[in-house]
Amino acid sequence: MATTIYQQPDAQGYYGKFGGAYIPEMLHPNVEELRKQYRSIITSKDFKDEYQALLRDYVGRPTPLYFASRLSDQYNTNIYLKREDLCHTGSHKLNNALGQILLAQRLGKKRIIAETGAGQHGVATATVCALKGIECIVYMGEKDIQRQAPNVARMKMLGATVIPAVSGSKTLKDATNEAIRDWINNPIDTHYIIGSVVGPHPYPDMVASFQSVISEEIRKQLKDKTGSELPTHVLACVGGGSNAAGAFYHFTEEQSVKLVAVEAAGHGVDSGMSAATTRLGKPGVLHGSKSLVMQTEDGQVVEPHSISAGLDYPGIGPLHANLFDSGRGTFLSATDEEAVRAAFNLTQLEGIIPALESSHALAGLNQVAFKKDDVVVLCLSGRGDKDMATYMQAMGV
Amino acid sequence: MSRIQSLFNTKNKQVLNVYVTAGYPQLNSTLTIMSALQKSGADLIELGMPYSDPLADGPVIQASSTIALQNGMTIKTLFAQLKDFRNTIHVPVILMGYMNPILQYGFEKFCADAAAVGIDGLILPDLPEFEFESEYGAIIKKYNLDFIFLVTPETKPERVQRLDNLSTGFLYAVSSSSTTGKDQNMDAVNAYLQRLQSMNLKNPVLVGFGIKDKASFEAASKYSNGAIIGTAFIKALEGATDVTAATEAFIKTVK
Repeated sequence: MATTIYQQPDAQGYYGKFGGAYIPEMLHPNVEELRKQYRSIITSKDFKDEYQALLRDYVGRPTPLYFASRLSDQYNTNIYLKREDLCHTGSHKLNNALGQILLAQRLGKKRIIAETGAGQHGVATATVCALKGIECIVYMGEKDIQRQAPNVARMKMLGATVIPAVSGSKTLKDATNEAIRDWINNPIDTHYIIGSVVGPHPYPDMVASFQSVISEEIRKQLKDKTGSELPTHVLACVGGGSNAAGAFYHFTEEQSVKLVAVEAAGHGVDSGMSAATTRLGKPGVLHGSKSLVMQTEDGQVVEPHSISAGLDYPGIGPLHANLFDSGRGTFLSATDEEAVRAAFNLTQLEGIIPALESSHALAGLNQVAFKKDDVVVLCLSGRGDKDMATYMQAMGV
Repeated sequence: MSRIQSLFNTKNKQVLNVYVTAGYPQLNSTLTIMSALQKSGADLIELGMPYSDPLADGPVIQASSTIALQNGMTIKTLFAQLKDFRNTIHVPVILMGYMNPILQYGFEKFCADAAAVGIDGLILPDLPEFEFESEYGAIIKKYNLDFIFLVTPETKPERVQRLDNLSTGFLYAVSSSSTTGKDQNMDAVNAYLQRLQSMNLKNPVLVGFGIKDKASFEAASKYSNGAIIGTAFIKALEGATDVTAATEAFIKTVK
């Protein structure tokens, strides 16, 4: 099996054929400054001390690795849930937002911008900006603002300015375009906190590094519980792929560990209403890196569909594109309906209401043939409070 | 010698380059507007190939791209429209666009087809220097197309030199680190352009972004070889029923 370069892209930010920094000259100074400095800053003692302390006392890490016994019985195997849903703000997104705000401070930046789809990354960014007293601007598609009113209110209460993206399809990809434009127009004092393992190098590597705490903890916790650091399977949902990057990170070189990514099939992979990028995408350039991109034959980026706003993205992180291309990762997909069913199943078996994103990973359990003594770790990336409207609709209330 | 280089050999002050999005405002407006631009005195024409996610453009040009895409414009359609344009258009014509649609078309096929219809050069803002040098530059050269890099006030002097060396035709000086269509502080622009002028660059310099009328055109041309107008022209075409008349009227406000 091909070895991956998941943890360290080459000097130009390539993971195999994917990655790089396809950016206009206007972004070059910002991206170059980051590229030159992020490694030395995030590995410095000063940074690590502050980051570790805040991860522990503010985010609430380590998050539990929970043996889900009734779910395990159902699948006749051993399933552990990595409880990122218990992070402050309700998802793994805070790991990255916190890391980047500490980095931005050390780069002397006075203003933070971010894009958000469902609002989870926007809330995480607004939270760390409140914590640090830094100005925060969040770009959000006009359609998503209407769909995700509670998160918009949270961001505003946290003091962030939410700017609607009104161009194109008025969703996450357009919010990302608007955030990049803002960065072009504010090249000196602003840092752009990208929420996923996408964007130009060094973003995918940087965000993956900040999320890697997930698999770092899994190894230790699994050793305590089972005597071995290595599971047989790690499952995670993938939109851009930040929680999957964190969950896979310290297992990519362990060939015995099967890495299973679950994409959002929407109404079905071939329905024309899907976000399953590895099934539907072709190599292309989106938001500054080469990866798999859902697009027309003329190379126009298409609007994906998923019930989960966090997976509703027409691209995928270049490290995941390489994981797919090299055969190291297994890529599955779950439909809207399968994800909602999996959410109710977990809720009723374990008393945990998962986010719609994480529910796709849970639905992926149905597509893998597990043995009785397999050890399966599933990254429960977020909690379902934000998705109650969808769940209520499914219950007919 | 390329058509662009010949132009600068005969004229090196107040060269006017006008940008228009291909397929805007109507699918078949492209050639009509190009003829009107040439007739009313544009020295160069920059044709934008519309893209769904144009990062380096401002809202006005993005909106024109959205309309052009709705009109059905594609690279294939554009080359079909341009098939015989050299029978009537003599000024240099540059294609501006983004990597993704070109990669889908096939990068080499794109260069070959562009050269075959008589295109002179390319501006691809999201094709960075590294990729240009390692892969795409050789293909662009093979078809004798000029390639124009962008520089900004934040581009360090040694990088300006390097991008100048890689460019042929001219160098595109963005007048502020900004997306298209924003108003600019002319004092800061002048200082920046004088700095570029003192660097003895091998290419002529055209200033882009923020030019909208005679005053800003002349100001931008003062310390450069000329300027590029995009957003203001797209605004002038908005809702125009007679694009020829609209084009001629607009150019009169500049020259």
